Amino acid sequence: MKPIYRPSGALITKADFVPTHITADYVIGLAGNPNTGKSTVFNTLTGLNQHTGNWPGKTVSQARGFYRHQGKNVILVDLPGTYSLLANSIEEEVARDFICFAKPHATVVVVDATCLERNLNLVLQVLEITPRTLVCLNLVDEAERKGLHIDVGGLSDELGIPVVPTAARSGRGMTLLKDSINNIASGEHATQPRPVRYLGSLENAIGRLETYLEQVYTNGLSKRWVALRLLEGDSTIIQAIHNHSLAVTQQEG
Amino acid sequence: MKEGDYTLARLPIGSKGIVVGVEATGSTRRRLLDLGLVPGTVVEAIRRSPLGDPTAFGIRGAIVALREEDGDVVLVRPLW
Ligand SMILES: Nc1nc2c(ncn2[C@@H]2O[C@H](COP(=O)(O)OP(=O)(O)OP(=O)(O)O)[C@@H](O)[C@H]2O)c(=O)[nH]1
Ligand SMILES: [Mg+2]
Repeated sequence: MKPIYRPSGALITKADFVPTHITADYVIGLAGNPNTGKSTVFNTLTGLNQHTGNWPGKTVSQARGFYRHQGKNVILVDLPGTYSLLANSIEEEVARDFICFAKPHATVVVVDATCLERNLNLVLQVLEITPRTLVCLNLVDEAERKGLHIDVGGLSDELGIPVVPTAARSGRGMTLLKDSINNIASGEHATQPRPVRYLGSLENAIGRLETYLEQVYTNGLSKRWVALRLLEGDSTIIQAIHNHSLAVTQQEG
Repeated sequence: MKEGDYTLARLPIGSKGIVVGVEATGSTRRRLLDLGLVPGTVVEAIRRSPLGDPTAFGIRGAIVALREEDGDVVLVRPLW
């Protein structure tokens, strides 16, 4: 079997995740903090149409599955649970590389409605990489049991992306989730995320770097996100982008 | 670190503290912040492994195990 994942910055593409016997319309990533119900969402949506294995070269397990909705074939990739995407661990590196370099048609961030605040950090990080993002607000049944009421419309407006309330274990909200995934993946719903604004001095530095990056990078990564990583001195992403650029150059001969 | 300041690593099991600072830089700092250890966060020391390390903490609705070297750079004000 051909490797479906090559580490850090290698030329992974969406096609690497599509089984040979299927023509896929969309490839979708499923991200989220640990224990938020990602695998439950994954199982509910894909049923028995699954393939599990490891990310080649990594000890992280990897699952991808398939479903059909509104005439579209959708491949779902269950990413490892992480609190962050800044490559502090192999799991974070796998999730980050998938979103950055395989560029899924959409990324679903599954969040725990009972501790929303801690989950939003990851949502904001994904949004800095790609606007093709939606929130699956899972465990709403648990939240209701605890007497928590979540202003779903307000949250969606603040973030600038769709928020779909679900209780994946009982299948609640799954149809709306699939609708929303298709809308974003097709580009029919162009989201307008509200970027996090940093201190003035930082925004100045970001702006200057973005202008510079525009001249040297054409790989489609968000310039703002790369600028932030450079300012943070994140050597893993610098290496990953470097590897990726080299690979692209080699392929183009 | 000033005399009388507490770190997460010194928080007695069963007690809570409020984060007042993270004395780390670079990726360690970033990782701790990503776990939810930002100033103002209330943290509870839940249990310590039989070997004395790591310790499980309740942080913003999740239980997270931290090694002593990480807990030692998170300054807290004990809540008792
Ligand atoms: N009540 C309720 N429980 C849920 C829901 N979704 C998932 N769970 C339960 O939450 C637990 C964790 O679910 P998983 O799907 O394994 O979570 P995960 O995000 O894949 O976890 P990791 O892969 O370990 O990060 C399981 O016991 C699920 O049955 C839900 O909507 N409501
Ligand atoms: Mg899982």
